[in-house]
Amino acid sequence: MANQKKDHRKERLDRGIKVRTDGVYAISHWTEMTYLLAPRALLIGGLLAAPLILSYFPYWQRVLSIICIYALLAIGFDFLANYVGLVSLGGGFYVGVGAYCAALLNSHLGLPPIVTVPLATLIGGIICTILFLPCLPLRGVYFAIVSLMFPLLAARIIEALNIFGGTDGIMGLDGFSSGWVEQYVLVCALLVSLFVLRRLVIEDVGLVFRGVKDNDQAVKASAINITTYKGIAVFISSALGCLGGATLAHIYNWAGLSQFGLDYSIIPIAATVVGGGGTLVGPVIGCILLVWLSEELRDLGTLRIAVYALVLTAFIVFKSEGIMNFATRKYQQFERWVHI
Amino acid sequence: MNNKPLLKVENVSKAFGGVLALSGVSLEVHHGDILGIIGPNGSGKTTLVNAITGFIRSDRGTVLFKDRNITNWPPHKIADLGLTRTFQVMRPYYSLPAFKNLIVPLFSGRARRSGGWRGGGKLGSRDTVAIDILEEIGFERDSYVPYKPASSLPTGYLKRLELARCLALRPELVICDEVFSGLSMSEMASMVPLMEKLRMEGITLIMVEHRLRELFRIANRLIVLNFGLKIGEGTSEEVMDSKEVKEAYFGSEEEVFSYV
Repeated sequence: MANQKKDHRKERLDRGIKVRTDGVYAISHWTEMTYLLAPRALLIGGLLAAPLILSYFPYWQRVLSIICIYALLAIGFDFLANYVGLVSLGGGFYVGVGAYCAALLNSHLGLPPIVTVPLATLIGGIICTILFLPCLPLRGVYFAIVSLMFPLLAARIIEALNIFGGTDGIMGLDGFSSGWVEQYVLVCALLVSLFVLRRLVIEDVGLVFRGVKDNDQAVKASAINITTYKGIAVFISSALGCLGGATLAHIYNWAGLSQFGLDYSIIPIAATVVGGGGTLVGPVIGCILLVWLSEELRDLGTLRIAVYALVLTAFIVFKSEGIMNFATRKYQQFERWVHI
Repeated sequence: MNNKPLLKVENVSKAFGGVLALSGVSLEVHHGDILGIIGPNGSGKTTLVNAITGFIRSDRGTVLFKDRNITNWPPHKIADLGLTRTFQVMRPYYSLPAFKNLIVPLFSGRARRSGGWRGGGKLGSRDTVAIDILEEIGFERDSYVPYKPASSLPTGYLKRLELARCLALRPELVICDEVFSGLSMSEMASMVPLMEKLRMEGITLIMVEHRLRELFRIANRLIVLNFGLKIGEGTSEEVMDSKEVKEAYFGSEEEVFSYV
């Protein structure tokens, strides 16, 4: 090591994380509580404060909304891939279905955004789940291929049959009453779904989901219908995507074919890789980084994609465990130089 | 004990492409039996288990369990009736503590109905039941074995864990696919009384085995398979005296002498 000092050696202490976070020790002293609460408070406080902090930069407020939409998709992807074992490339489909549901409810029934967004989340989730039902026996890369087909197919069908406004899409939708509503709806939805999903995976039902991923034969032999659980998981994941899509439609006052775009399938996966799969928080951090990076690189023009690709590759090569896994490990370790 | 068989398999056949893995196998298991299924490698033992428990669809034949025709039902429905199985290749959830592996079966509808877990919604009650089951099956609670991650357990414990996963369902019939394989002599010696204990608790067992000596000690009836055909049935002495069984295991006498 280059910075190795003479007579000194680096000592690494792993804190007893199990003891520190489980049971009464965790609330025995304010330092212990801070140890647990600080990272959580940082994320929650940071996300809640972000719209206020960015209020001088309206452009970045809009970027924050986009980050939240990608983050909703990414935690859905992470849940489905790392806890249920279904690698879904259907993100674009979820967004598109959510956007079109919200747009139809708004333009045909005249419902305000505050009603269409939850309704589109629910209806969109149900539509996606029903359409994915025939693919549920598939696993791994086979499920990925079939789920990638959905957004491509949906866009072509709308184009060919000229339904829902055809290539023009559905225009003239109501927007949110203000930018604050738009951002806080998204930030709160993100925080709530993050909390619920992190809770879900450590509950008993979460173990069943993990069982479906690790050893579906044993789950079948345990008298549990795995198709039901896969269906529930796809519903959760697609409803998150539909929520994002519905908000997106109201942000742009428009629902169109580009909302079935592959960006919504691919970027959440990249964010999960960068942020750390299986952590659920990691993908959120990944989205913040990737969307921010992509905005910063706008000045580079066409080179933007090249730089973007380089950064992604660097992450995969040098930190394949992802930011969140790395940070958690370091947070629970002390490193110090000791005199020999 | 009534005379109706608990499980009745009639003429089950299964072909994989041109290979006839099972051709017309029939068997009956009565309540309280320990039935052994033996046979050389590739004789169709595991295929038979798969066909009974619904993991593969059989081409022909019927499977009756408790007088219900369960032929080609999905596995989870068969398990829900109380017929469950262990797997030859154990794949527990390695990252989880051993007792958390039992949460999945305890979450099933059957386990909730049977009252093993009373579903009062009390926090941690499934965990408690899981640890009780593991203790009963030989995990020493005092040395914290149930709390250790499944990845750190030796094969003997993993086999027990696999069996415990079945017992968590409160089954009536358990099909054990090679629980003795890969165990040391002492591990096997402690497994035998466990099987007998299960039978005394009223669980009927079918054991698919390669370890004949241990199986002969506990099984009261044996079935011998070879190339998908049932070639022998009866007590261990009867089966071992049969000419066909000897031929299947050791080759025919002419063949044996031709090598000598």
